[in-house]
Amino acid sequence: MDALTSQKVTFKVFRFNEETDYLPYFNTYTLDVTHEEVVLDILNRIKWDHDGSLSYRRSCRHGICGVCSIKANGKGILACKTRLFDLVETFGNEITFEPLSTKRAIKDLIIDKKDFWDKHAAVNPYITGEIDENPVQEHLVSPLDAEKLLEADYCIQCGACHYSCPAVAINEEYFGPAAFAAAYRFSADVRDEDSLERLHLVNQEASGVWDCVKCMECAEVCPKEVNPIEKITKLHNMVFEANIAKNNVATRHAVGFAHSIAKHGLLDEGELVRYSEGNIGVLKHVPVALKMFSKGKIVLPWNMPKADKLDEIKKLVKSSSTVKF
Amino acid sequence: MKQLKYALFTGCTAKESTPEQMMSTLAVAKKLGIELIELTEASCCGASHLQDYDDFLSLVLNARNIAYAEKHALTMVTICNTCQLNTAMTKHRLDHNAELKAKVNEKLAEVGLEYKGTSQITHFLYALIDDFGLDKIKEMVVKPLSQFNIAPFYGCHNIRPSELQNETHKGHESAYTPTSLDDLIVACGGLSVDYVEKTKCCGFHAELQAPRTAAVLTGNAVAGAMDANADWMVTPCPLCHLKLDTQTHHASVAIGRDVSLPVLHMQQMVGLALGCTSEELGLKHHVTKVDFV
Ligand code: SF4
Ligand code: SF4
Ligand code: FES
Repeated sequence: MDALTSQKVTFKVFRFNEETDYLPYFNTYTLDVTHEEVVLDILNRIKWDHDGSLSYRRSCRHGICGVCSIKANGKGILACKTRLFDLVETFGNEITFEPLSTKRAIKDLIIDKKDFWDKHAAVNPYITGEIDENPVQEHLVSPLDAEKLLEADYCIQCGACHYSCPAVAINEEYFGPAAFAAAYRFSADVRDEDSLERLHLVNQEASGVWDCVKCMECAEVCPKEVNPIEKITKLHNMVFEANIAKNNVATRHAVGFAHSIAKHGLLDEGELVRYSEGNIGVLKHVPVALKMFSKGKIVLPWNMPKADKLDEIKKLVKSSSTVKF
Repeated sequence: MKQLKYALFTGCTAKESTPEQMMSTLAVAKKLGIELIELTEASCCGASHLQDYDDFLSLVLNARNIAYAEKHALTMVTICNTCQLNTAMTKHRLDHNAELKAKVNEKLAEVGLEYKGTSQITHFLYALIDDFGLDKIKEMVVKPLSQFNIAPFYGCHNIRPSELQNETHKGHESAYTPTSLDDLIVACGGLSVDYVEKTKCCGFHAELQAPRTAAVLTGNAVAGAMDANADWMVTPCPLCHLKLDTQTHHASVAIGRDVSLPVLHMQQMVGLALGCTSEELGLKHHVTKVDFV
């Protein structure tokens, strides 16, 4: 083997069989890897040459079915699309393969994706509309209208974003990035007549778009460059544009920025908390606020700094605002 | 070396709840001979929330801020990860979409401004590493931090999406194995400790809307650093700093374990190594006491 195009890599592979094992364990294999190989090739070689009991999912081998996604050193990947040498470049010569969610492992790298599919189904991921049973012509979508989907239709439901999202991991109700990308994909479709209902769904507290922590994990991990957080931002916008934003801590938190900027140019941090939480809700922040105050970390209203040329900012806020709340 | 000069976009936090961040930025810049022209006309970047309400307004305001840096013909330097992301994202969108740029400029023209796309945008962390140079910092260290295990906490918006951030600084930063902050710790003579949470989210942006999620993330981050035997944490983001420094009570309750560590701004760490005093660096402004100096 050509020294430049092959190298030794040590693989730690997650093993667990829910029918026989109490605890997961890892098997280690050191293999010579060539520069053409993708992760799926390695899994196949381990299964065929070392241990036929190793279980993982694969189907299309072309990066379009989404079933082969696993984690390599914590990074969500499609096994059939990810070149080993790219992983080595990022992580070095020791690579750990784990299921997308160790908590949901059934057998080795295979997980129970029920929560993912349930959430996907919950956002009505299909076009709703009056169907003419005897159409005279096709329902044409112009290229400009197709562009509005912002490539959300590239999603292959691999689940890499869902199982990388910290909000999903902590809050079981949260729909998660892939479900939101799907919600956007169908609500942005000009043929759909259900977008208002879908917007109501994603506007709910705890499960909806407001619980996103904006960590950008979903944008980073997606192997199809769907950029789910961009779609989440779009859904936020659509909720305001459709005039269905509820008056609550989440919406006021977004709107409060516009108020503050119009008044000071800068953000009035203390006032933003009061405005978002309301006069009663703000009280729960008093203990932390007092500690911050004692350390000189709170600016009192009469000392609130202002941006220079505030008149310019005020003028732009007035002329460039596109929504009202 | 020609003296480095930047247009400083302070963001709001440095003017309000993290005064020590402003102080330490100025102290470090002075020590290193970096000239900072503060963009006093700049507005809030919207902190990733204004764009949820009104994306176009957010673009116009961020473009206005960059236009002021362009007036000085300087690279804009930010000192907050979220300001960095919002500003860099605005620049990226306008530079890649002539129609959007024209629409934004139509608004800016009302106040006699134009966004051209001529100024670069970088974070102070990357200005130190890419432009000033780690080797030169190392040479200037007078008080190496050699007795400390320091836990780097990168903050989401400097490392993700990596495609965008790698446009704004010269060194490549992987979202999965970033090195900039670790390298800076080492240049200051400290030992950088490794832990899984160093690239994770602190929860700041959902603190009001999703307090439990936010508190668990904060707790996990500090617990991860404690378990890695860190003496303290360091971050380039004042929002991460605020979350990790002031919210440890909620975080401890949320994860069922007492967690607390001093959290320094990246500038304060560099300042300590360069021999700045604790007064210059504003160390008394921390809620979780900085008790090692
Ligand atoms: S940005 Fe939001 S949706 Fe995406 S991974 Fe982070 S919390 Fe989840
Ligand atoms: S958005 Fe991307 S990462 Fe998420 S499920 Fe779809 S293809 Fe996979
Ligand atoms: S096997 Fe279908 S995406 Fe990998």
